[in-house]
Formats: sequence, C-alpha cells, structure tokens
Amino acid sequence: MSGETFFAKAGMGAKVHGAALVAKDGFSARYDLDRMRGVFSRADHKLAGESYVGRVLVLDAAKGGVATAWMLHEMRGRGVIPAALVLNAVNPIMVQGAALADFTMLSGFDLDITQAIANGAMVEVDPTASRPFIRVL
Amino acid sequence: MNFTPEEQALRAGECGPAAQWAIEHQIKVGDYLGARDFVPVTQAHIMADTESLGEAGVKWLEGLARLPAHERRVRIPTITDPRGTDFAAAHRLKQQPWMLELERRAIAALEALGVLMTNTCINYQTIMAPLAGEHVAYGDTGVVIYCNSVCGARSNFEGGPSALAAALTARTPRYGYHLDERRRATLLIEVGFAPRELDEWGALGALVGRLAGDYWQVPALVGIQRAPASDEIKHFGAALASYGSVALFHIAGITPEARRLDDVLPAGASVPSHEIGAADIRAFAASYARAIDSVDVVVFSAPQLSLIEMAQVAGLIEGRQARIPLLVVTSPQVKGDADRMGLTARIEAAGGIVLSGMCFYQSYARELAEANGWRRLATNSAKLVNIIGGYGYRPVLMSMPACIDAACDGGRIAR
Repeated sequence: MSGETFFAKAGMGAKVHGAALVAKDGFSARYDLDRMRGVFSRADHKLAGESYVGRVLVLDAAKGGVATAWMLHEMRGRGVIPAALVLNAVNPIMVQGAALADFTMLSGFDLDITQAIANGAMVEVDPTASRPFIRVL
Repeated sequence: MNFTPEEQALRAGECGPAAQWAIEHQIKVGDYLGARDFVPVTQAHIMADTESLGEAGVKWLEGLARLPAHERRVRIPTITDPRGTDFAAAHRLKQQPWMLELERRAIAALEALGVLMTNTCINYQTIMAPLAGEHVAYGDTGVVIYCNSVCGARSNFEGGPSALAAALTARTPRYGYHLDERRRATLLIEVGFAPRELDEWGALGALVGRLAGDYWQVPALVGIQRAPASDEIKHFGAALASYGSVALFHIAGITPEARRLDDVLPAGASVPSHEIGAADIRAFAASYARAIDSVDVVVFSAPQLSLIEMAQVAGLIEGRQARIPLLVVTSPQVKGDADRMGLTARIEAAGGIVLSGMCFYQSYARELAEANGWRRLATNSAKLVNIIGGYGYRPVLMSMPACIDAACDGGRIAR
C-alpha cells in the first residue's frame, strides 16, 4: 500500500500528514462527537470511543445538520480537532465549515476511499496540489 | 467563478471588511462545489447557537460587530434559528451562568449586524414562507428541506457562517439546489400507506434518509395515500434531512414541483427504487425502544412546536399531572399566541415546562443531562432521536399521546 496515491475531485486547506482513522460511516460534528473530550461519542458510530484529535479522518459521507459549519472553527479554537477530513461525499456544510476554520479536507474519489486506506496507516493529504490527493506513506 | 462589477467591488473591500470576508468565504465554497457565478437571495436564516459557536465563534462575531455601522449591516432580511437557552426558564433547566453570558454576547453581536432575533426553526409556519422559485440562504436543515420541497423555494444548507455571508452580500454561490438540474429525482420510494401520528411521519423520513444517504440525493415518493398536514410534513422533512443530510424531496401529486411524477423523473429514466411499508415504520421505532422500559424526561422539540401542536399537547394533558420533566419547546412567535390563548397555562398547570426560542439539542444537551440526571429520553421527534444519542442520551421514539402517558406515569413506558 505504501506510496499509493488517491486523487480527489476537490480539496481545500493546507497540506498535512498523520495517522488515518478509517470507517465506512458518516461524519457530523454535532451528531457524532464529544467535542470536549475529542472522541466519537455516538454509540452506534463505527468509531465510537475513538479519539479523533490529530488524526486524518477517512469516512464515507458528511451527515447531519448545519452545526458543523461553526463547530470546526470552535474545535480549532480549542485545538481539539482532527488533522484533516477525507470523504467519499461531502455536503455544503462541511465545505462551509472547512472554509471558515481553514481546515484541510478532500472529497470525491473514483473508488470508495474508506476501503482504500487502512486504519492506522500514515498518510499525507495535499489539497494544494493541482490534483488534490491522499497518499499512503 | 464569474463576477459582476458589484461583486468585484465587494472583493476589493469597497463595502467594508465584513462584506469582503463574506464574498471571499463564498468564493471558497463556490469554487469547491463547482459554482460558476452567484445568485441573488432575498432572505437569510442563520443558525448560531452558542453551543456550536463556542467562545471562538462568539469572539469572531464580536469582531464583525465592532466595525462601523455602515460596514457591518446585513443587506437582506436576516433571521435566526433557535438559541441555546430560554432566559426566562434557564434556571428550571439548571443551565449555567456562563452559558447565558455567552448567549447574551452572541445576541448583542448579531443584533449589531442588523439580524432579527426570531429564534425559530419553523419560520415557514410563523414568519414569512418563501415563494416557489425564490432563491434564499437558509440554515437549519429542517427549514431548508421544507422550503425547498413544500414551498418550491431554492436553498442549499447554509451553515451559520455562510448564511451570514449571504446576508452581508445579498447573494450566494449558484450550486446545488439553486440549479434546475439538481432538483430532479435520483431515487424512487414507493410507500403503500399513510403514516398517522407525527412520529410515524418522522420515522418515514428517517427511513428514506437512510436510503438516500447523502446531500446530493433527491428522493421522490409515490403512493402516499393522503396529503399530509404542515406539521406532518415538517416532521417528515426534518427527519429526512437529519438521517440523510437530504435537502429536497418530492411527493408525487402533493409537492409543487411534482404534480406528476414525470415532472421530476422523466419517463424512461432509471433510478434506484425502494419500498417502505407500515411494518418498516414499526420496526424503526422498535429499534430504539429495545431494553428501555422507562425514561427520565419527555421532550417535544426539533422542530419547535406549531400552535396546533401546542393545542394538541394541552388537550392531551388536560386534567393529568406530569410526574417527570416534560419539556415543550416552541418559537417565540407561537409562545405569544399560546400564552394569550391559555395553552401555556394549561400545559404548565399539568406539570409541563413550556420553553420558547430554543431547541433542546442546541441548548447544551450534554450538560443538561448531567445537571438534571437525564439519560433516557422519550420524544415524538425522529430528528431528535437521531441527534441526541451523540450527547449521551438513550432515546425512545413514541407518539405524542404515548409520550404524555409516560410523563404522567412517572416515566414508565406502556407496552
């Protein structure tokens, strides 16, 4: 897997790297997270109990309501935030939230990105490239 | 993106730094989502509760509020989603002074920008429903899906920062549900029954939302046996938006863009198709009720209750007494009428707590649970059931009458 690169349709934010936290599940800051403790808190989320702080989250689709648009900024303010979010499907809220928080995000792949990246793999995420990508290190 | 001379002026800062920030934010979003230009909008609706904003968001709003008056004012009618408290009842919920102080600061900042503090997620029932074809910038997923689907208006989910940006520039990037081609059905749902209670309409929305799965899906429903009332379709849409992140649906023969199914799904078009029956609705509710035989609190919220729902609660609890906390959450607009008509007094005489201008899950729900010892929660809102688990609650979805029975029976759930 090392060196494998997956190109996204869109990206924003700065280049980052970190350990991937991967699941075939959705993402909503309001619905899924205990933002004070920095863990997934929804009991039936596949990452329930896992810390997301500093991790590159590789998930299926943006879910839920509009609160994430503020919450990424709030999480950034306290420094309890993932390193990046990599999604198969994004919704406008996640884009709006990432834009306000200067948060790194990629979305839209030719394959199911949650099946392509192994949980725990070290990855590089570069949304500044002419073709934004995630690469397994 | 292509820009008009007015948009170039906004970018150049000729209308001040707030509008300049706003249009640059909108360009980032528009570029990401493939917008080619902007579309003028007539109204904005901002979700900005302090549980979401936090200290960082409130400080950010206060920075805008300190600008000179002519540089900070919104340019179109701009209203707000529910807040994180009802100041008049905060002590009854055991909310902390710091929560109220943060709310006061956020309200002061938003008012300085010229925002009207309507504090409601049912503006389409109480303030000013948009017209078919009207382009708007609404926050709150329930507001967006109702106004897109039932009113025929055009909005994407606009989170607080983006709704505020639209208010400051009077426009929004033209992508998603502002475009004709995005409003066509992408999946077909055959429903061979009509839900009866509000919780059943919510459960149907939840099941369709799970099938849809993401924002870009537009379900079209056929086979609904009667036209729903506004409150019924409100619960359906709110749950569909919550479970599926869906912003637009059609119901053949009922919603305005789908007078006939062919209007949104041309003959011969092939899309995935699913069936949902009454048994699926029962199974959905049962999936939450398993292993819970009593609850600590009953909550009617999400969306806020209409005047009609307030009257229903008052009628059902008449002559009875709630033995556990029973929270009934409505908008400030409905609360005034409910007070005047005696509905508030009737509900509170029976032990209920009527709350105004807030929403349960936007009001520090985790801290409320800890302060009040609430863990198991009954509600008739499928949307609330979906959200509140993330705050540590174990929710049960039941009808409004069953919820009131549970409240009056010390929390015990009848089987």
